[in-house]
Amino acid sequence: MNPQLTSDGRLRHLLTLEGLPRAMLTQILDTAESFMDVGEREVKKVPLLRGKSIFNLFFEPSTRTRTTFEIAAKRLSADVVNLNIATSSQTKGEAILDTVDNLAAMHADMFIVRHSQSGAAHFIARHVAPHISVINAGDGRHAHPTQGLLDMFTIRRYKGAFHNLTVAIVGDVLHSRVARSQIHALTILGVPEVRVIGPKTLLPVGVEQMGVKVFNTMEDGLAGCDVVIMLRLQNERMKGARLPSAQEYFKFYGLTQEKLALARPDAIVMHPGPMNRGVEIDSEVADGPQSVILPQVTYGIAVRMAVMALLTRGEPA
Amino acid sequence: MLASLPDADTLITRLADAIAPTLTPETVIVGIHTGGVWVAERLHAQLDIATPLGVLDISFYRDDFSRIGLHPQVKPSNLPFSLEDRPLILVDDVLFTGRTVRAAMNELFDYGRPASIRLAVLVDRGGHELPIRPDFAGAVVDVPPQNNVTLSRESDGRLKLTLA
Repeated sequence: MNPQLTSDGRLRHLLTLEGLPRAMLTQILDTAESFMDVGEREVKKVPLLRGKSIFNLFFEPSTRTRTTFEIAAKRLSADVVNLNIATSSQTKGEAILDTVDNLAAMHADMFIVRHSQSGAAHFIARHVAPHISVINAGDGRHAHPTQGLLDMFTIRRYKGAFHNLTVAIVGDVLHSRVARSQIHALTILGVPEVRVIGPKTLLPVGVEQMGVKVFNTMEDGLAGCDVVIMLRLQNERMKGARLPSAQEYFKFYGLTQEKLALARPDAIVMHPGPMNRGVEIDSEVADGPQSVILPQVTYGIAVRMAVMALLTRGEPA
Repeated sequence: MLASLPDADTLITRLADAIAPTLTPETVIVGIHTGGVWVAERLHAQLDIATPLGVLDISFYRDDFSRIGLHPQVKPSNLPFSLEDRPLILVDDVLFTGRTVRAAMNELFDYGRPASIRLAVLVDRGGHELPIRPDFAGAVVDVPPQNNVTLSRESDGRLKLTLA
């Protein structure tokens, strides 16, 4: 049984997109669509989560993701508390659970968890009382489900449907929780061709088993794509001798207008942010007419509102 | 023995006739999903109103959200005009407890401050739980609380009231 679902099949936690039914992803995207308009009104708030307490538990720093979760919760009228908890890699599980127990004693209704270790959000979800929901805001290399959902929302907005698309995910798939969530979501929503493009050293062994086609050059991989998703190249990977240099990487895998011209002329370019300009993406593309990188940020708020609203419900009627 | 309900089209015409003398060039019409929108579409056409029709989905404003959760099919609200200082006619199909209308009014005020809100319903079936009464009602019928009055739209677009 999927630990994210209640016995009657409703969403209780959002930890990963893997294994969720297509209808549920579609419901989240549809609900997000309804929330889009709230950000443009005179009063940018709906009273849905009035009186609920939501804790942003960030064991790993992230300004943008935390901010969009915070805005999403506030637009739903919830009370939000941000906790940036400095951790060393030695931080024990018990210390995390102590923190969680203390916050639960303050009548928390929802935890939004980011942690550098895979499985952290699952660990907390297994521990909390039945009325508390947990949203995974990124755990190690494992999953970042709301990012995956907002990317699907962006694709649907610009392309209208999923069943006729070719989508390429480019770069450091090996270390990317975003890529994993995207691949699951694209597959569940019925995208017929999902490609990953990158040097062998940055692609996980056996990635084909996730249902993707593997390409090692941009020339082969970008041909005919409707959507090009660039991943952030983390600088620390360079030190780990997986790559010779940022310049070398840009030469082969950095998205320039010239390489983008290989994709379909109406292809859109996405990036989960923050971007390394001149490493994985050229500024000309990032700021160009095919880029939908800033709309992704706006859509992220509506998508996170939808997830929070769908997770929150009282006792069964 | 349940009272029989009048024909929906007759009631819409009756509503339109009652609303017509109160209209100003500034008046806007807003229907509540789903049945209220059907009625509002008819009124909007019959009354020949220039401003586009407004549509409200009150799912985000329901007072029973914490008990039953989000309605599975939320539709976006769409008010394609400023309602600031304008007279507004809020349309629903059936007035029962009044909670939907309360939620709709809360939502409207998050878009701006209308000059006035008047409520038009196809059927006022009684059973009010809030101090909310219609300004225009196609019919007032006393229906026992255990029964339901529902408006449905047939495949040919005709509206039909059912008492069950």
